[in-house]
Amino acid sequence: MTVPVLSAQNIGKSYGSGANRFDALKGVSVDIRAGESVAIVGKSGSGKSTLMHLLALLDDPDSGALLVEGTDAKKLKGKEVNRLRNQDFGFVFQQFFLTANASVLENVVLPLKIAGVDPKERKARGMEALEQLELADKAKSKAMNLSGGQKQRAVIARALVNNPKVIFADEPTGNLDTATGAVVEDILFSLNKDKGITLIIVTHDIDLAARCDRQIFIRDGLEDVTRSPEAIAKPAGAHS
Amino acid sequence: MKFVDIIRTAIANSFRSKLRTGLTVIAIFIGAFTLTITSGIGTGVTSYINSQVSAIGAADVLTVTKADDGATAGDGPAPYDPEKATAISLGNGSRPGSTIQALTDDDLDTIEATSGILGVDPSVQVTPDYIVYDVSGKFELTVNAAATLTTADLASGEQLDNESATDQILLPTTYLDPLGFSTPESAIGQTVTIGIADFAGTQQQVPATIVGVQNETILGAGAGLNQPLTDRLRAVELSGTPAEAPQSYATATARFDLDASDEEITAIKADLADQGYASQTVADQIGSFETVINVIIGVLNAFAVIALIAAGFGIINTLLMSVQERTREIGLMKAMGMNGGRVYALFSTEAVFIGFLGSALGALVAVAVGSVVSNILATTVFENLPGLQVVQFAPSSIAVIIGIVMLIAFLAGTLPARAAARQNPIDALRYE
Ligand SMILES: Nc1ncnc2c1ncn2[C@@H]1O[C@H](COP(=O)(O)OP(=O)(O)O)[C@@H](O)[C@H]1O
Ligand SMILES: [Mg+2]
Repeated sequence: MTVPVLSAQNIGKSYGSGANRFDALKGVSVDIRAGESVAIVGKSGSGKSTLMHLLALLDDPDSGALLVEGTDAKKLKGKEVNRLRNQDFGFVFQQFFLTANASVLENVVLPLKIAGVDPKERKARGMEALEQLELADKAKSKAMNLSGGQKQRAVIARALVNNPKVIFADEPTGNLDTATGAVVEDILFSLNKDKGITLIIVTHDIDLAARCDRQIFIRDGLEDVTRSPEAIAKPAGAHS
Repeated sequence: MKFVDIIRTAIANSFRSKLRTGLTVIAIFIGAFTLTITSGIGTGVTSYINSQVSAIGAADVLTVTKADDGATAGDGPAPYDPEKATAISLGNGSRPGSTIQALTDDDLDTIEATSGILGVDPSVQVTPDYIVYDVSGKFELTVNAAATLTTADLASGEQLDNESATDQILLPTTYLDPLGFSTPESAIGQTVTIGIADFAGTQQQVPATIVGVQNETILGAGAGLNQPLTDRLRAVELSGTPAEAPQSYATATARFDLDASDEEITAIKADLADQGYASQTVADQIGSFETVINVIIGVLNAFAVIALIAAGFGIINTLLMSVQERTREIGLMKAMGMNGGRVYALFSTEAVFIGFLGSALGALVAVAVGSVVSNILATTVFENLPGLQVVQFAPSSIAVIIGIVMLIAFLAGTLPARAAARQNPIDALRYE
């Protein structure tokens, strides 16, 4: 078998210290293989986002090890980590994080700008990504003038623009109505099927989770091997 | 991120909250404006002084006086010494009524014997009564005793020549009109008549040729006379003096080697001081004048720098606010692989840009305002000092000011920029 793209080995993460110390993740092991789609499911506060951030190298685990294509992430230099984040990973967050008064195109090409790509090429690739998401006509509009669905498509275009190997999506439909959410889901899965982009989706939507090749259930910072559906159910009154 | 993209992004970011940036820019503007104006005044006044005296011919001359022997008013009068010459009143340029101990012929010999001194001449102060040209009528004539020590700022004609056989006079421009000359050029070569009283009080007339016309100067007003004319007037003044009356002089000019180094000049001055004589080179005399102006400008500059330091805190505040406001954006950029150094560069560049904006605007407005005010003053208050532009701007000093302000802005930006660079993408992207 090939080496997993990402491999978490018994990773743990705590926040705060002393009496305020909180163990958000208490030892989880996951292997993500190239081309698959994986859902990380669990209740709000169970540690899903924490796990995703560790997998995406946005944070360092306190215990355990994270391997990127077989290499321990601790051994990677800062520069290499930045390259991975910039070129191999794409991010879709629950909130859009678009710069409100910059144009859609400018928002989409941000990863290319960070990578130091020429303005001309930036524009070409940005437009290409927008065309894929049928947003080309909005390229010059300011980000704040888009609808929720359009914003999320712009965010996906931004995640796509650098041709990543893995897209991390943290509750990508959480802020969208059902119909728009379904469109966004379709886009993500088509990227997975057509382009072979590995998909890691954090969600507590059981239907979205079911569309993925594999589900990892998280409960109170640990993998829930019983895979109980009620663990996913949104607790009453919870915000997300 | 590429360098140009960092600059472009930083500039765009600074315009995002226009009010905040605008207020900070105003603070910097005030500092830079003041600094530019004060440095402009410095340049203007210095360049005027230099135009008055820059071509100092007599770099090899010391003006020697008898040193104050320390008998100040509080100590009561000094005991009478019959060997000592009497006090003598100083001519123009000194405090009215001030006197110094006069130099005698013995003193001149002592000075001449000092090592390093090549020769010594008593400065003779003559006091003519009037000057007249043609049918102009008689006008009072003030003599500038220092005229032959400095090179005049000429409106027309030539400098005085002490070696010349003719009796030469150098007139200030202010004498032209009363004497009936329409232009400086028309006065050159004309003969004026100087009236002077002899010892007995009888007025005699001495003719003199105008060799040059001099712009009004700040270093002692009055007409310049060459040595032969001074000698001739002196002879008239002394004619009829009882033979045994001792000669005394207010000051003497001692010449030293033109190639003497600063150390050698200092040694000569020290040597003279030991023997009881105070001495000053022309540079010393001008230097003390410039020192006063430099002190005034220094004080003004200090205020401007204080304003700039206050503006620096404005920059820190502005940027800290925008770092806070842009927490998520910074987090997002870091999540997308932007390294801390670039984030730091982005915010420092923004600080430097704000500094540039404020200082460039401040300098620009200062140049405009300064030039207008200076031109107005030149035709009104300073009408009698032709060539004086109180505020003058040297491109290099403006560049230095803008550079300094940008440096202050950069230093002020380090704190917020570091805060931004250290931000953890995860903390920034939390959405609860
Ligand atoms: N920076 C932090 N400081 C303190 N506690 C945190 C921090 N981030 C997350 N937590 C806590 O860790 C737990 C897991 O958070 P998270 O991974 O965001 O859960 P999920 O994404 O499943 O809702 C939560 O209880 C949350 O309050
Ligand atoms: Mg979460």
